[in-house]
Parts: sequence; structure tokens; C-alpha cells
Amino acid sequence: MTETVFHRSKADLLPERPPPPGTAGAVGWVRENLFSSWTNSALTILSLYLLWLVVPGVFGWAFLDAGFAGTDRTACEGAGACWAWVDQRIGQFLYGFYPREQTWRVDLALLLLVPAAAPILFDKLPFGRKALWFSLAYPFLAVLILLGGFGLEEVPTDKFGGFMLNITIGLAGIIVSLPFGILLALGRRSQMPVLRLICIGFIEAFRGIPLVTFMFTAALLLPLFLPSHFNWDLVLRVIVVVTFYAAAYIAEVIRGGLQAIPRGQYEAAQALGLGYWQSMRLVILPQALKISIPGIVNTFIALFKDTTLVIVIGLFDILNIGNQMVANPDWLGLGLETYVFISVFFFVICFSMSRYSMHLERRLDTTRR
Amino acid sequence: MQDQTAAGPIIEIKGVNKWFGDYHALRDINLTVARQERIVICGPSGSGKSTLIRTINRLEEHQEGSIIVDGVELTHDLKNIDAVRREVGMVFQSFNLFPHLTVLQNCTLAPIWVRRLPKAEAEATAMEYLERVRIPEQANKYPGQLSGGQQQRVAIARSLCMRPNVMLFDEPTSALDPEMIKEVLEVMVDLAESGMTMLVVTHEMGFASQVADRVIFMDAGQIVESNTPDEFFNRPQSDRTRLFLSQVISQ
Ligand SMILES: Nc1ncnc2c1ncn2[C@@H]1O[C@H](COP(=O)(O)OP(=O)(O)OP(=O)(O)O)[C@@H](O)[C@H]1O
Ligand SMILES: [Mg+2]
Repeated sequence: MTETVFHRSKADLLPERPPPPGTAGAVGWVRENLFSSWTNSALTILSLYLLWLVVPGVFGWAFLDAGFAGTDRTACEGAGACWAWVDQRIGQFLYGFYPREQTWRVDLALLLLVPAAAPILFDKLPFGRKALWFSLAYPFLAVLILLGGFGLEEVPTDKFGGFMLNITIGLAGIIVSLPFGILLALGRRSQMPVLRLICIGFIEAFRGIPLVTFMFTAALLLPLFLPSHFNWDLVLRVIVVVTFYAAAYIAEVIRGGLQAIPRGQYEAAQALGLGYWQSMRLVILPQALKISIPGIVNTFIALFKDTTLVIVIGLFDILNIGNQMVANPDWLGLGLETYVFISVFFFVICFSMSRYSMHLERRLDTTRR
Repeated sequence: MQDQTAAGPIIEIKGVNKWFGDYHALRDINLTVARQERIVICGPSGSGKSTLIRTINRLEEHQEGSIIVDGVELTHDLKNIDAVRREVGMVFQSFNLFPHLTVLQNCTLAPIWVRRLPKAEAEATAMEYLERVRIPEQANKYPGQLSGGQQQRVAIARSLCMRPNVMLFDEPTSALDPEMIKEVLEVMVDLAESGMTMLVVTHEMGFASQVADRVIFMDAGQIVESNTPDEFFNRPQSDRTRLFLSQVISQ
């Protein structure tokens, strides 16, 4: 018997070849993605043409032809944008009427947000779960820093304004509306009819009425109903309204997630002896929330942008301050600059949230890796 | 307490009736299961097999009669229900592993949160059972990365980690491809030989004749026949059983 029959020597194997030219690397990518078909090529060329029309113009307006220094409108003579006011007004845009010598407290509160949010947002950080205690304490710490007391100069909330007001309302809304929305979603699926009815009523009321209406109600009507010695702060009332409103949406998003969890998951948890809250916390919600991430983040983004609606009840958030500035005779005719400036702030934050949600979805995907 | 009940039957089902709305799903069920007894339950689709074993750990509630598991009666009392569920393990047709947890975490979840074991101890126990079902090397994978047979063996290990006295199986191999059925049945035979009390809903007649002490045939919500495997297969008492057996065997 010879043993060569099934045995191929190295020489018989086909030699390894590089891929044909133009299918790998940058050239390959461009071909594959931008010029794969006639329509794709046309779209690519059209897009390039539009970019060529828009980008140089915008870039020139915003930077090359723009004026950056000066104390009033006359300082900017060029054809481009006028940013001379920024230096003078940035404080108001960021901090509203917060006392100038105290604005470091706002900066500090924002800075402390980083270590507070990090252990919630990211895995595998130093200090592990212990860092969560700081996250839990942060809201109280931030309130203390911003409002003062205990030796710090007290700053009432009617001094809050500018982007700091948007962030305060938005962040408080985000922090509270998620747990509240989860409870509402669980309540809506509860076996107890009364609880279920209350949750449905709450959710439908807040989804069925415009947020602006609630803002007016909070500002004008609530004081009439609340006992007068019980002087609820206006900003607090706005936060409550925004939170309830977002919680109603989040509850519905999460209810969708809960419905997607097969009954077998509940049954397996029960059969193992886990109680209701344990099954929810350890088995059901981690899965339901994962499915709901895009919807939840969507709601957060909408909530954050909706903080600009406080304009209707006369609070001076960054947009309202921008409006004042546009109407100011010293800086007349700078509407475009002002609103572009404000847009950048919102876009950076909302875009970050969106990117983070995509990162989170990838991290929680247990079917790949 | 333990000594008093240790001698008696582990499960006593007396005069149990259950309705889904108007539909009478379990009719006057009487069944006593001795310790270490292995019972196979079979019967046509819709005959109430699943419903019967699911009433034993209260995944379904019965409306009449009494079910006593190891001296604890299943009533609306949540304490009793928890006590019974800690005692009774269950394996489902569709595995029902928790997809967001690794195999090891699936096995330690309930021991840590229900039995309050320290994590290290729970993990040691889990590895022991994963070895018994022959997949210790998959401990850190996610269920979605395993084959059906592997997933079902993890599900068995997960139940065993609670150290139950009774194991319920609801068609554990019906969702599996033939090669995988064998690996799961082997694990179940091992378990039977180790002295576990088992109630198994299955149509695997080979498994029934190999390990069962008793085969129960259900039809239309009733227990029609209950006998040793030998009697059951070779000298079935009722026409319904004969018809069913001829159908199962001709398949
Ligand atoms: N949750 C439920 N609501 C209403 N009817 C149900 C429910 N669960 C089961 N039934 C009905 O009760 C009867 C018994 O169902 P069961 O699942 O116990 O049957 P089975 O013997 O396990 O059948 P299979 O072999 O198909 O699993 C069936 O007619 C079924 O339609
Ligand atoms: Mg069934």
C-alpha cells in the first residue's frame, strides 16, 4: 500500500495570492461603497457637488471672513459672521444671572458630573461598584453646590439661567424620569387593577397634552392650588413637569421592551424561586431596557431640547438670553450668529447622547463576541 | 420537621381540578410521588401534561383539590409558594436560559439571590454541576453561543444548583435535533441514577422504559393509566393508551 494517495505535498497546494488590484485597501473601499453601481456613482457625485457648494461658504462665513474682536456691532465690518459679542456675553449665555463671582460653583458641579456619571456609563473603571456611591450622592451634592447654604452664599433659583438652566432641568429630568418611567411601565402591566388604572391615566394624560400647556399650568395655576406657605420654587415645578412628561414616554418605550421578553423568562425566574422584584431587577429589566435603549435615549434627547420651552413662562434659558441679545440695539442683526452659537451647544450634547447609546447597544450585545 | 416528612411521599396531589376560563384542563387528578421515584408522563397534545407539572411549582394555579410538596401545601400563601419553588427545579422545552448572563451567571443567580450563598460558594457549586452535565468549558460563554443540546444541559445544571429535591421536566428534548437529544437524555439518566425524584413529560419511550418507575398516561385532563413501564408498554389497560402507543411507535 502506498500512503501518498490522500497526502498532498505542499507543492500541490494552490499558492496564496493577494486579492486582485482595486478590491482591497482604500481604493477597494471607495469602489465598493461609493461607485458600486450607476446610481450609487451618481449619488456620490451629487453629494460631492453639494458639499462643494455649501462647505466653503459656511466655513468662510463662520471663520475666514468673520470678525472676532470689538465692543459693538460696528466692530464687524467683514462679509462674514460677527463673533465679537461672544467675549462680552458668554457669561450670560452660560450662567444666566448667577452671581459672577460664584460661577465657579456651576463649573464645579459640572466637573463633578464626570466622576459621577462615569461608573454608570462605562464598564471596567477603577474603584468598581464603590464609585456608584458617589454617583448616588451627586444629585444632592450638586443641589447643595448650586443653591448654597452651609456657609456658601445662597443663590436662589431665579438667578439660574443660560445653558446652566437647560442643563439643570435636563439632567434632573433625565435622572428622575428613567426610574419613574420604569415604575410606571411595571405598574401599567400590574395584576392590580387600581394601580394599573392610575398608571394608565398618568401616562395618557402626559402624552395627550402638550408640554407647553403643562409649563403654563406649573407657572400660573399650581400656585393657586398649592397652600401658599408651601412656596414651591418655579424651577422645581418646571423640573417636575418635564420629568413627568418624559417619564410617560419612557414608560411606553419600556413597556414595548417588556412585551418583547418571552414568557419563558418570567417562568424560569419564578421556577428558580426569584420573587417579583428580583425577577424584574435581575432577569426581565436588564433585557427589556437593552431593547429600549434607542427609545429611551430618543426621549432623553427630546427632553433636553424641550428645556428651551421654559421661554414661554419667562425663564431665561440660553435660547431666551439669545433672544434678548438679538433684540439688543448694540448688537442688532446678529440673529444668525446667535442661533448658530446656541445650536452648537445643543448639538454637541444631543449628538454625544446618540453616540453613547450606540456604544451601549454594542457593549450589551451578547450574541456576538 | 425534616424527619417527619422524610418518610412520607414527596408530592401528594389530591382531587385537583383546574380550569382555564371555562375550559376544564385538569380533571380530578390524584397522584402520589414517592421519594426518589421517577415518573414519566405522556399523552396526546393538549391532554394537560404541562399544566399538571406546572401546578406542582405553582406556575399554574389550581382551583380545587390540594397539592402538598414535601409537607408544604400550595395555597395563596406566598411563603409556601417560595418554599416549594426552592425545593422543586424545572426544565423547560425552550430552555429559557437568561440570554444576558453567562452560563456561570445563569447557574449562580438563584443560589446567590434566593439561597443567599456567597458568590464564591455559588460558583464552586455551579462548576461542579456544569461538570456533571459535561460542559464546564462553556462556563463563560453566553447562552446564544451554545448549541441547543448544550443550552438544555446548562438549564439542567442551573436548576440543580438550587439543590432541589424534585426535578420537573417539560418535554426537555422536543426542541432538539436528534444528535442532541441523546446528550441531554444521558444527563437525565445520570440524574435519575443519582436518586433524584423526577417527573418527566416526554415522548422518549426509550427513556421511559430505561429509567421510569412508573409511566402515567393522560388524556383530556385526566390520568387514564398509571403503571410500570413494562406493564404500560406490553399490556396497556385502556383503548386510549393502545391507540396512543401505536401512534407514538409508528412515528
Ligand atoms: N394559559 C392558558 N390559557 C388557556 N388555555 C390553556 C392555557 N394553557 C393551556 N391551555 C389549554 O389547556 C389544555 C392543556 O394544555 P397543556 O399545555 O397542559 O397540554 P399538553 O398535554 O402539555 O400538550 P402538549 O403536548 O401540546 O404540550 C390545552 O387544551 C390548552 O389549550
Ligand atoms: Mg406541554
